[in-house]
Amino acid sequence: MIAEIGHFALILACMMAVVQGVFPLAGAARGEASWMALARPAAQAQFAFIAISFAALTYGYVVSDFSILNVAQNSHSAKPLLYKITGVWANHEGSMLLWVLILSLFGAALASFGGNLPPSLRARAIGVQGLVGIAFLTFILFTSNPFERVDPAPFNGSGLNPLLQDPGLAFHPPFLYLGYVGFSVAFSFAIAALLEGRVDPAWARWVRPWTLAAWSFLTLGIALGSWWAYYELGWGGWWFWDPVENASFMPWLAGTALLHSAIVVEKRDALKSWTVLLAIITFSLSLIGAFLVRSGVLTSVHAFATDPKRGLYILGILIVAIGGSLALYAWRAPALRATGSFKPVSREGAMVLNNLLLTTATATVFIGTLYPLVLDALGGGKISVGAPYFNATFVPIMTPLVIAMALGPILSWKRGDIWRAFGRLKLALVAALGAVALSLWLDSARDILAAFGMALAAWLFVATLAELAGRIKLGRVGPAESLRRALGVPRAAYGMTIAHLGMAVVVAGITASSAWQSEVIRYMSPGQSALVAGYTFRFDGVSKGQGPNYTAELGTFSVTRGGRGVATLVAEKRFYPVQRRNTTEAAIHTTWLSDLYAVIGDAKGKDSFAVRLYHNPLVPWIWLGAMIMFVGGGVSLSDRRHRIGAPRRSANTGRTPVPTPPTAPAKA
Amino acid sequence: MAVSPGRRILFLLPVVLFLILATVIAFFMLSGRDPGLLPSTLINKPAPQFSLPAIAGWTKAPPGLTTKDLKGKVTVVNFFASWCVPCRAEHPQITALSSDKDIRVFGINYKDKSGAATAWLQRYGNPYARIGADLNGRVAIDYGVYGMPETFILDRNGRIRFKHVGPILPQHLREIILPVIRELKK
Repeated sequence: MIAEIGHFALILACMMAVVQGVFPLAGAARGEASWMALARPAAQAQFAFIAISFAALTYGYVVSDFSILNVAQNSHSAKPLLYKITGVWANHEGSMLLWVLILSLFGAALASFGGNLPPSLRARAIGVQGLVGIAFLTFILFTSNPFERVDPAPFNGSGLNPLLQDPGLAFHPPFLYLGYVGFSVAFSFAIAALLEGRVDPAWARWVRPWTLAAWSFLTLGIALGSWWAYYELGWGGWWFWDPVENASFMPWLAGTALLHSAIVVEKRDALKSWTVLLAIITFSLSLIGAFLVRSGVLTSVHAFATDPKRGLYILGILIVAIGGSLALYAWRAPALRATGSFKPVSREGAMVLNNLLLTTATATVFIGTLYPLVLDALGGGKISVGAPYFNATFVPIMTPLVIAMALGPILSWKRGDIWRAFGRLKLALVAALGAVALSLWLDSARDILAAFGMALAAWLFVATLAELAGRIKLGRVGPAESLRRALGVPRAAYGMTIAHLGMAVVVAGITASSAWQSEVIRYMSPGQSALVAGYTFRFDGVSKGQGPNYTAELGTFSVTRGGRGVATLVAEKRFYPVQRRNTTEAAIHTTWLSDLYAVIGDAKGKDSFAVRLYHNPLVPWIWLGAMIMFVGGGVSLSDRRHRIGAPRRSANTGRTPVPTPPTAPAKA
Repeated sequence: MAVSPGRRILFLLPVVLFLILATVIAFFMLSGRDPGLLPSTLINKPAPQFSLPAIAGWTKAPPGLTTKDLKGKVTVVNFFASWCVPCRAEHPQITALSSDKDIRVFGINYKDKSGAATAWLQRYGNPYARIGADLNGRVAIDYGVYGMPETFILDRNGRIRFKHVGPILPQHLREIILPVIRELKK
């Protein structure tokens, strides 16, 4: 009964999406205020119905109702409650339900909090949001119904893949989807603006907070996913360049570009058609990501069970949504004209460089991900594109980006002075050289590239702090005056500073962990020791353990350094009897400067075990940095200018008087 | 506002590129290719040479299998093992194939204890006209077998024409295996 309510609510939600997708758009085109007014209740009702539907499926999981096929296939009565709940979205049908739940959440939020938007723009944006909703709701209802019954109901379920029974992964999809789907708002705004035929600073100011929120969630979602891969898959790595990872990374890269180009539209009324295109591309990449994961066209460790019918349906959605919006773009965007002009060396110029590099990076990942598919389709045989390609192409693109990230915030709008900017970054240059020296000394000058990577991180970190110091005139006025200025700096600017610092931390983490990882793989018997990067790992043997739905072998290692105890590591190898599968749980001791990481494998002989021991320098900084970036996004989002005081839209041509940027750099 | 044609073309570029890509992907999906499938390098090549004895210790065991037995008729060679659960799932389909008098169904028993293989065949029935016991798995290596079960279909000249990885489920039999056999029988 509950399941049928859920199914019925989903059908009602789809009807609401039709109302939301048709009347506001038609109303905006014909100037019918009452039709446009339908947008708000329709979006809210759509969200309410999907929430009911989602609650119904969750209920099915919590009470283990195995007469629901989806529950029977993906849950088990002995599973801990947390994983019963997260099991809802750990499968294709349920994750699609989560997808539309979040989509309608954003639609309802836009409807509820978009009061300061012009009525026709708001109606159109919510209408486009409704159209996207129709596409995915019909997809669920026609090809992936999560409420399908099974008769007779099995006595128990087949359980959730043990790899997914993990707190890190439990919350990875919701954040990822908040990011993916959050970009739908920017997309809807872009389509609405094309329909209106007008993009101006006010538009950019409305788009930015939504983009920022989506970007922050996506950052967190990707970080959670890679953290999970790091400790659960047990080989010491944290990023595979797997097609599904790339599918989440591409919208992040494009979204980062969008975040920056929208600033130029807001402050300088330039880069308009480019920003609109980026908004379309960013959400299109989210859609393509959903397609790649679910259609079965690419093989991946993450891919859902696939079905050609589903793949063709999503491909149809892609062609209508992306093809349609790009066609609209080709038709309407040429008329968008910039009013602001700028010199190549300027804050805007730096943003253009940022956009060029980020879109090149996106294209690089895109080509690497889709090339095997295209080649196979053209009869070119089977190939796979792996980490060497991505490392060889990605690193050279990121290097100038990081260098420019330090310079951009210091350049003036419109016309900057590159030498003066470098002059203000003397300290950063010193820090970079110091990082090179320190790296070469610690590493005995073995890895020049790693030293260069650390220099980039130090350069960015110090330059970002120098920019803030310049803004509050630290050292050039009295401390009280600096403090007064610091309190006056807008939160959006602090958000930028924090996010850029986070990026510097990530760069350091990636460089150090890839260049200086130490690894020992061998068989060990109790009492034996292994030396890894100066740490002595003594293997103390294996004991048996019992979890709620698994048995475990616990391998204990005592780690010492120079005779002093550092940590006791307990690495687990779990066996889940329901699925007859093993998982590894790496034992990790972090000092925040490095991780000691141990995994036990199969036994050989009586008490000898295969073990893998790692010393991963600075690896926690990758996730720490991502968290800092997330916080930066949040701080920026809390800036009151995002919520109130959006500039009033100009009456006719979009020739808005450009507001003097309150974040203009302090000129010396 | 007048827009120059050159500018127009620039703005058309994204949609054109996307449509080309979508066409390629659609073509790929409609071609029915399975990206998870790895092609066998043995297709259209003569079957690798081998000579395997019959299952030991079973008086009613079918005779062993050698390369010479593969010529003359369309032949299905099925790698199986008693310890392999999917083999049990495809067993009815293999049995159905063995009732066709125009073809022959041979088995290669992979890394099995002869007692276990005998018990398995007695329990579920023996559909194979000949069974070679591949005790050390050497023949399976020559055939590029990487999991149980796998099935090869050979033409009258003893050339490998088709390879199926995994169990032959009823829909595979209908949609893949039988059409291939029908084609080879012509």
